[in-house]
Amino acid sequence: MIKFVNVNKRYGDYLALDNITEEVRAGEVVVVCGPSGSGKSTLIRTVNRLEPIQSGRIEVNGQDVQGDRINVNALRSGIGFVFQQFNLFPHLSACENIMLAPVRLRRKDRRQAREQAQALLERVDLAHKADAYPAQLSGGQQQRVAIARALAMEPPVMLFDEPTSALDPEMVGEVLQVMKELAREGMTMICVTHEMGFAREVADRVWFMADGSVLERAAPQQFFQAPEHPRARKFVADIRGA
Amino acid sequence: MLDILERFGLSLLIGQFPHGPLGGIALTLAMSATALVLAFPLAILVALAREATWRPVRRAAAVYVYAVRGIPLLLLIFWAYFVLPLLTGLDAPASVTVVAALVVYQGAYLGEAIRGAIRALPPGQAEAARALGLGYWRTIYWVILPQALFNCLPSIVNQFILLVKDTSLAYIVGAHEATFAATQINAQLLTKPLQVYVILAGIYFLLCYTLSRLSRMLERRVVRRRARPAASQPSFSEASA
Repeated sequence: MIKFVNVNKRYGDYLALDNITEEVRAGEVVVVCGPSGSGKSTLIRTVNRLEPIQSGRIEVNGQDVQGDRINVNALRSGIGFVFQQFNLFPHLSACENIMLAPVRLRRKDRRQAREQAQALLERVDLAHKADAYPAQLSGGQQQRVAIARALAMEPPVMLFDEPTSALDPEMVGEVLQVMKELAREGMTMICVTHEMGFAREVADRVWFMADGSVLERAAPQQFFQAPEHPRARKFVADIRGA
Repeated sequence: MLDILERFGLSLLIGQFPHGPLGGIALTLAMSATALVLAFPLAILVALAREATWRPVRRAAAVYVYAVRGIPLLLLIFWAYFVLPLLTGLDAPASVTVVAALVVYQGAYLGEAIRGAIRALPPGQAEAARALGLGYWRTIYWVILPQALFNCLPSIVNQFILLVKDTSLAYIVGAHEATFAATQINAQLLTKPLQVYVILAGIYFLLCYTLSRLSRMLERRVVRRRARPAASQPSFSEASA
């Protein structure tokens, strides 16, 4: 479903992604973790071309995302992306945030789009907040609306960039709950997160990144109990201690 | 002052119209409105061009802004009135050339105000829009401008008010707008400049004050709409029931 082949990304002299070759199969949930600055966010941001790469190849559904003839907007609307800072549009209500892409890109009529948005809000347990503006929602609620917005174009793939890192601790659970349900429904997901509980429960694999490379890939149980790479061992010990 | 208004009120309001060209306050309003309507979209384009990824566009917009900011408005009006007809062979009425000069002038200033508001938005906004697959123009139109223009509404109103007042410079090239009408009245009366120019000041003040109030109303309406209680409307519970 998603393939990285010898992907390199540089900021000047700094190597942000160092020859990454990995694959995510359809329906698989991959959790990416690692110390800050290790390239996790950069990695998933290359998938929908929010970050350009210098060399290598990234495929989504067999499509080369760097290809000359690819429609980058069509590519992006087929990949749901959830940001650490939610990035809801503050001038639009929850419902309108979700409707924006379907109405403007799919030319869906407004009533249909509203119904779909309402259904998505129900899925993230926020049906009663359809008309609330982002400023009137808690962080956890905003992030759930953001997930609903990302689902509105019915993408086969979802990417999560530290979706719970900006949340107060008591709101982390509600967002993870939504993500777990998505995972159980068979969504293909790459999640950059340090939530061990989430990884244990739904991840098929964990990738451990440091200095722009994937140093270890393992089943979550194995990774959190007996990481092999010394850097991974230190990392797991650190997040346990926290 | 009332007798002045009684005697000259009509010519102050519409000039010689319908026996001559439209003038007075009516022309001031017409010039202001036209210049506003044209300068606003130009300013948006200038703001976008200044932030464009393609360097030649950015450069061209910067040259325009720097050039216009470095020239007095009066000189722009002289250029539009005296030089453009020489260069192009077109002969436009004074009011039209002044409107053109005002549009060029305000396009630069208003453009910079709008650009500032665009830059002040969190980069996550454009990024989220791009990640949804909205292209450049859709992102600008549906995500960036609604926020940026609202945030810089006070600066926009500022520039609009300056523009209305700057139409008075048209008097110098002989457009028969309110200031021109007032000087003519003054020339006929000879002894009452204080009264005449108090009236003129009152006219400009009223125009600008009205603009301020209108913008304040608009601002309040938007704020009210966004701050409305978060409870869902009945139509939704019906739809989902």
